[in-house]
Amino acid sequence: MELHDVWFVIIAVLWIGYFFLEGFDFGVGILTKLLARDRAEKRVLINTIGPVWDGNEVWLLTAGGATFAAFPEWYATLFSGFYLPLLIILVCLIVRGVAFEYRAKRPEENWQRNWEQAIFWTSLVPALLWGVAFGNIVRGVKIDADMEYVGGFWDLLNPYALLGGLVTLTLFTFHGAVFASLKTVGDIRERARALAFKLGLVTAVLALGFLIWTQVHTGDGGSLVAMLVAAVALVGAIGAIRAGREGWSFALSGVTIAAAVAMLFLALFPDVMPSSLDPEWSLTVTNASSSPYTLKIMTWCAAIATPLVLLYQSWTYWVFRKRIGTQHIADAH
Amino acid sequence: MNLALAPETLARWQFGITTVYHFLFVPLTISLAALTAGIQTAWVRTGKEKYLRATKFWGKLFLINIAMGVVTGIVQEFQFGMNWSDYSRFVGDIFGAPLAFEALIAFFFESTFIGLWIFGWDKLPKRIHLACIWMVSIGTILSAYFILAANSWMQHPVGYRINKERGRAELTDFWHVLTQNTALTQFFHTITAAFLVGGAFMVGISAFHLARKKHIPIMRTSLRLGLITLIIAGLGTAISGDLLGKVMFKQQPMKMAAAEALWDGEAPAPFSVFAYGDVEKGHNTVAIEIPGLLSFLANDDFSSYVPGINDVNKAEQEKFGPGDYRPNIPVAYWGFRWMIGFGMTSLGVGVIGLWLTRKKFMLAPGMRTGEDEVPNLVLFKRKALSPRLGRWYWIVALWTMAFPLIANSWGWIFTEMGRQPWVVYGVLRTRDAVSPGTSQGEVLTSMIVFTALYAILAVVEVKLLVKYVKAGPPELTEDDLNPPTKIGGDSRDPDRPMAFSY
Repeated sequence: MELHDVWFVIIAVLWIGYFFLEGFDFGVGILTKLLARDRAEKRVLINTIGPVWDGNEVWLLTAGGATFAAFPEWYATLFSGFYLPLLIILVCLIVRGVAFEYRAKRPEENWQRNWEQAIFWTSLVPALLWGVAFGNIVRGVKIDADMEYVGGFWDLLNPYALLGGLVTLTLFTFHGAVFASLKTVGDIRERARALAFKLGLVTAVLALGFLIWTQVHTGDGGSLVAMLVAAVALVGAIGAIRAGREGWSFALSGVTIAAAVAMLFLALFPDVMPSSLDPEWSLTVTNASSSPYTLKIMTWCAAIATPLVLLYQSWTYWVFRKRIGTQHIADAH
Repeated sequence: MNLALAPETLARWQFGITTVYHFLFVPLTISLAALTAGIQTAWVRTGKEKYLRATKFWGKLFLINIAMGVVTGIVQEFQFGMNWSDYSRFVGDIFGAPLAFEALIAFFFESTFIGLWIFGWDKLPKRIHLACIWMVSIGTILSAYFILAANSWMQHPVGYRINKERGRAELTDFWHVLTQNTALTQFFHTITAAFLVGGAFMVGISAFHLARKKHIPIMRTSLRLGLITLIIAGLGTAISGDLLGKVMFKQQPMKMAAAEALWDGEAPAPFSVFAYGDVEKGHNTVAIEIPGLLSFLANDDFSSYVPGINDVNKAEQEKFGPGDYRPNIPVAYWGFRWMIGFGMTSLGVGVIGLWLTRKKFMLAPGMRTGEDEVPNLVLFKRKALSPRLGRWYWIVALWTMAFPLIANSWGWIFTEMGRQPWVVYGVLRTRDAVSPGTSQGEVLTSMIVFTALYAILAVVEVKLLVKYVKAGPPELTEDDLNPPTKIGGDSRDPDRPMAFSY
């Protein structure tokens, strides 16, 4: 296994980490509208992700930085090509971060309601667009001999990619509902569980359609295995939430995300961004990667830093392991 | 196509706008994290309530500010790929590595521990909670180091070779990239300048309250801390600026010549106080100068030769082929002056402020002020400044808050624009760095969106800051005074409201 293959795996892992973690906080953001009955419940939901959403988002920044360093051509083609969707995602992430931090900084109800609206939309839109983006990456887009994206904005909105977007949207919302049932107490927990079950069924239909489509289109043996794992885990997660086993359900919905993302990357390999115009023009792990020296240095950095990151991020989840409910929300805000 | 709206021009404007905006928050984040950590340490060590209230007060302002710093930083990372894809392809092998290090080592650190600090007040024992804010502080400084190493490589590329086959620059010595003198002096200069911002921020806000005779014990302490920070940082900025100037003179003679509007080389070279010139003809029509000072700034002696703009332009034409290698001279010239002028004015305010509030005079017979009194602003041992003059100092202190920010912004504009037409000095021209595939409309859209969004958020942030500044330090609750002794903080009523939540 050469270093650029290792880095392909690392980047896949970073995206898995990102979708696993920010997946549930996007989901919780969406649920502020679907699940919370009153403003106190909204605040319970927001506070379940309060201490961790920022750390979750860094997985994206790391995936971006790692792509820049390990596969500069991929980074350049992807972000200059998917210009407008990326712009929308960035705007959402900016507003979302500010919304979390500023919502409670003023007591006026209008102020808080506006930020709550912002949290809902800025969670929903990226959750949808990431799926669209990955759908397009896996399916292949119009890339010319100079590795430049020559398609337009509307080329990105094809049925396969849009289905991918619906899958990430529903899957993250399901994942978020399971997380909410795991982190809350009282009435909201019961309703989170019931809603998670329904969301799970919708997710299952969409996800199976998308994954099978992917398998038929670009799959191989490895991606088939990952697909089966994702499918089994998703069914398990739905069953577990039905049975009231929230911890198990969350673990399994996490496995679903991990296996589904892994499947996309397996279907992609050894390309990183296939060209739909001519396979010769596809970006691959070899022609898009950095020099072996850079990859070596980065490998050392990742080998030392990653375990530490996992250690202190896990510790955060441990510190804030307690469930919260409306009784923990002070009346002041 | 209208040349003024060429994608390169738009992309440069967008980079300038997003970077200057981002860098209004970054220095305050860096310095306020450390200052808050320092005050919280004082609380943990002494148990004095005023330190705890000060921690909560400055901590809140820090959080309002860091939120903007974090979210505007996301744009910075992806902008290279969006607007500067040919740059990313050409230097990703080198430039990407410090960026990835920044994410892996600094961002994770900062963002994870900030969550622990915000929500951990009633979940973590005192000392562990204190450690969290120190971790945040270390994270912000590490982050600055990696990004400055990356930027320094653009100012002065080292540790690389050109791979003709792949048509790109490749890294050969990462250690050299991280430790070259450009990176180290830029880091020194940027960090000290960051503390100049934090010091002035603290001085201004403390002055605001003291002028109204409110929250006196907390604000007196904060004022002194701010003044001392301002002075140490001011001296550090001056020293590091001088070092950086000498490095810059050797590595980027054009930038130094442009900063001085020195058209033709001279020995000894004068420092220009005021100049007005004709860029097309390449000479100054008005010039007020201090003889020999530029030679000293560049070479540490008062008589040596410093090459001028025309000389360097000619030398670069011989080396890199025909073309105009001059940056925008008025911007470089005035940017350099605004940077130094506003930076040094802040230092001056700090020195005067510390002198006016020094203990010996504050405690002079007849002028004695106790712990709970506003310093009298004593000028002579027995004569206090008139109340009017006293108020003036508070107003000056308030205005000083803006000075380091202006100095910082001009510093970046100078250092980035002074390098043009190069994006990587001597290696890659800015016009060859833009994304070839993105349309004028796309770049224009994103520029308008970011500018509008940033403008709205700036108003929101400033209003919030003003609200919390005016409100002053918060009253303490019972939970504040008795933090949990074990992790999880579950020794008390499990249903009590969280101390600090969204």
